[in-house]
Amino acid sequence: MRFDTVIIGGGLAGLTAGICLQKAGQDCAIVSTGQNALHFFSGSFESLEEAPARLAGIFEEAGIRLHYQPGVRLMPMGTFRPAALSLEDVDILPDPAFSRKALIVSIAGYQDFFAAFLAEGLEKQGTQCRIHFLQLPEMAQLMMSPSEMRSVQIARTMDRMWEKVVGEIKVLLQDEDTVILPQVFGLQDTTVPGRIRQAVPARVIFAGTLPPSVPGIRTQQQLKRRYEVLGGTYLAGDEVIQAHVHDGVVHSVATRNLDSHYLEARHFILATGGYFSKGLRSNPFRIYEPVFGLDVDASEDRNAWYDAAFAADQPYLKFGVRTDPGLRALRDGVAFENLYAVGSLLGATRPELGSGAGLAIRSAFQATDQILRRSAPQEDGRPAGQSGESNPSES
Amino acid sequence: MKAQENTVSKHNFEECMKCTVCTVYCPVLQVNPLYPGPKQAGPDGERLRLKDPFFFNYALKYCMNCKRCEVACPSGVNVADLIQSARIKYDRSAPKLRDRILASTDLMGTLARPFAPIVNGVTRLGITRTVLDATLQIDAHRTFPKYSSSSFESWLRKRQKEQAVYPEQVAYFHGCYVNYNYPQLGKDLVKVLNALGVGVQLLDQEKCCGIALITNGMTRQALRHATHNTAQLRKAALERGLRIVSTSSSCTMTLREEYPNLLGVDNADVRDFLTMATRFIYEKLEKGATLRFRPDYHKRVAYHTPCHLERLGWGIFSERLLRMIPGVEFTLLDSACCGIAGTYGFKKENYAASQAIGQALFDQIRSVNPEVVACDCETCKWQIEMSAGYPVMNPISILAEAIE
Repeated sequence: MRFDTVIIGGGLAGLTAGICLQKAGQDCAIVSTGQNALHFFSGSFESLEEAPARLAGIFEEAGIRLHYQPGVRLMPMGTFRPAALSLEDVDILPDPAFSRKALIVSIAGYQDFFAAFLAEGLEKQGTQCRIHFLQLPEMAQLMMSPSEMRSVQIARTMDRMWEKVVGEIKVLLQDEDTVILPQVFGLQDTTVPGRIRQAVPARVIFAGTLPPSVPGIRTQQQLKRRYEVLGGTYLAGDEVIQAHVHDGVVHSVATRNLDSHYLEARHFILATGGYFSKGLRSNPFRIYEPVFGLDVDASEDRNAWYDAAFAADQPYLKFGVRTDPGLRALRDGVAFENLYAVGSLLGATRPELGSGAGLAIRSAFQATDQILRRSAPQEDGRPAGQSGESNPSES
Repeated sequence: MKAQENTVSKHNFEECMKCTVCTVYCPVLQVNPLYPGPKQAGPDGERLRLKDPFFFNYALKYCMNCKRCEVACPSGVNVADLIQSARIKYDRSAPKLRDRILASTDLMGTLARPFAPIVNGVTRLGITRTVLDATLQIDAHRTFPKYSSSSFESWLRKRQKEQAVYPEQVAYFHGCYVNYNYPQLGKDLVKVLNALGVGVQLLDQEKCCGIALITNGMTRQALRHATHNTAQLRKAALERGLRIVSTSSSCTMTLREEYPNLLGVDNADVRDFLTMATRFIYEKLEKGATLRFRPDYHKRVAYHTPCHLERLGWGIFSERLLRMIPGVEFTLLDSACCGIAGTYGFKKENYAASQAIGQALFDQIRSVNPEVVACDCETCKWQIEMSAGYPVMNPISILAEAIE
């Protein structure tokens, strides 16, 4: 089967690239080996300090609303981290001492939200906190399997009964100026967080939970749907097992499910993620990139991979595949003609692209821009991708 | 050190890193609180079961074996295989009469066929369904598939000579549904393949793939079917030199994957000879074969990828074939389970869950409002026709209708 671009990896970087290319008129296939890091997404694009209109535009078309406001974000353990561009339901606060008195509301039996840690952290900022656990009869069903009292299962129930929660909060609320809730609202119905904010007579903050991340899963589903509406092919649960390369050009890849039916393309994007997603793998002898055997900027000395102090900055987290300045992947020091590496796979090899979600987005934009620039010019003389809906607004 | 690199655990279960992603995509967990969920029932439970079979939990029977956990797993753990293997290994309860009846699709088809009009009339009666509900716990809301009075096998056997003249030949694993319930799908396949210059042959003797035997705890019978069918595939592939095609995604998944992974029947030498008819046809067209489509054909089609086809990773072939038909207005439905999972949705204790699971799909179909839903699975067809109220056609039948 032949495509314009085959994207290996279906997370934030792969889907962003896929959407950009489909919008520019390309026919893409994404090969996704299971679900991805969006399931652990905080909802905030760290290190995208400037408001990138281009990203907001792409997300808006997928039904995902972002807001931009430099400030800090409340972390699940009660600490704060700088943040700017975020999903609409992730609050950006002007500074950590944003509240005089806060009501933290959790759900009885829910163990993946740390109300006490949040209170401790906030009290260090001078915020007086009160914690309340809602006893909801509707949760009795979920409690039958205590191991499944997780964010997503709770969120499914909350999509139906958030109004009841609002009612309870109104009764509980005394003189607090802020209500803090776990991020378990708006899994299917994206309007719910906004409606809760309107209904509660105090500032409402949705604080992160342990994975899986409800806003992250929603984002994944919206991006995938958008990509498919644009005509993109998403091969879920498949895995590239072999690449066919000739003279530095990738011609096709073979996958586990499609075996002898190769996926051919003019361009390839590798967006396979970090260690968790197996974009990078390790064994006792080396750290390697399994699909193409790309150069990884990891130390030869295994003892230099990690710091014995668990909480220290771990060197292995900074390792990534090497690329040329245009993100074309290197093997034995030579760049592939048509293979681009994007997302967490890059580790910290490109610090200027930021980390996490920011790295995924920026590198995806950079790779797709290169691909579209290198594609044959269209009839009107402009390169493909500068036409139609596509709106590259890199400043 | 080398050993560490090469150790592979059964069904890859030691690869599980407890990320909980599978629980997000389990359709049963969303509607049935009695089910412990794929992580608990699969890799977590396996650790305990390996210590002591006492930890086997009978609630594992609520797993539909839809394999969505496996498609979602970022670590390559075969979660559903772990759950089904545990049921095969530890479940000592004898299958109920109801489960044995539901699972014996071959036998029921053979018995019902000579009396098809009577059987179809009787199963449509409210009173019959009430009685079945009360006695066997087959839910009264469920409509039954109709039986055909003549089998597909006898139809094709009469045409063996005319099929033999085509320059290329394939064997067709038709499955119980085409043979006993809906021979028209088999006839549609013959029409399309003939148009491509391919003749269709039967296997010497085909048995039910056995998927319902596996899920209903009839492992010994399932193993007999697996051994028999694998020998039949071997004969067709290695002696007659034929590729084998199927129009059912669940039969294909069972023959290719469940036989070796759950029943321990090695099919490595013939596995790749068996393929979905949609993939076979797509690959022929890609190599330059052509089909002549009717210029006046027009249909609004919404395609639903069955769970087992999604696990095979072959939905793309059905999708691309449908998109290729001039006059088809194509919509790809969101990836979602319809809730029936073969015999699962017929059982009284699962009926409500089965409908709740399919709700999102039914709602999307109604909002798209197509003329027809396309789908490669016969039980999805029953569920969608009954619960969404839209006709469902196999992509092969749509192709047959669209060509001259």
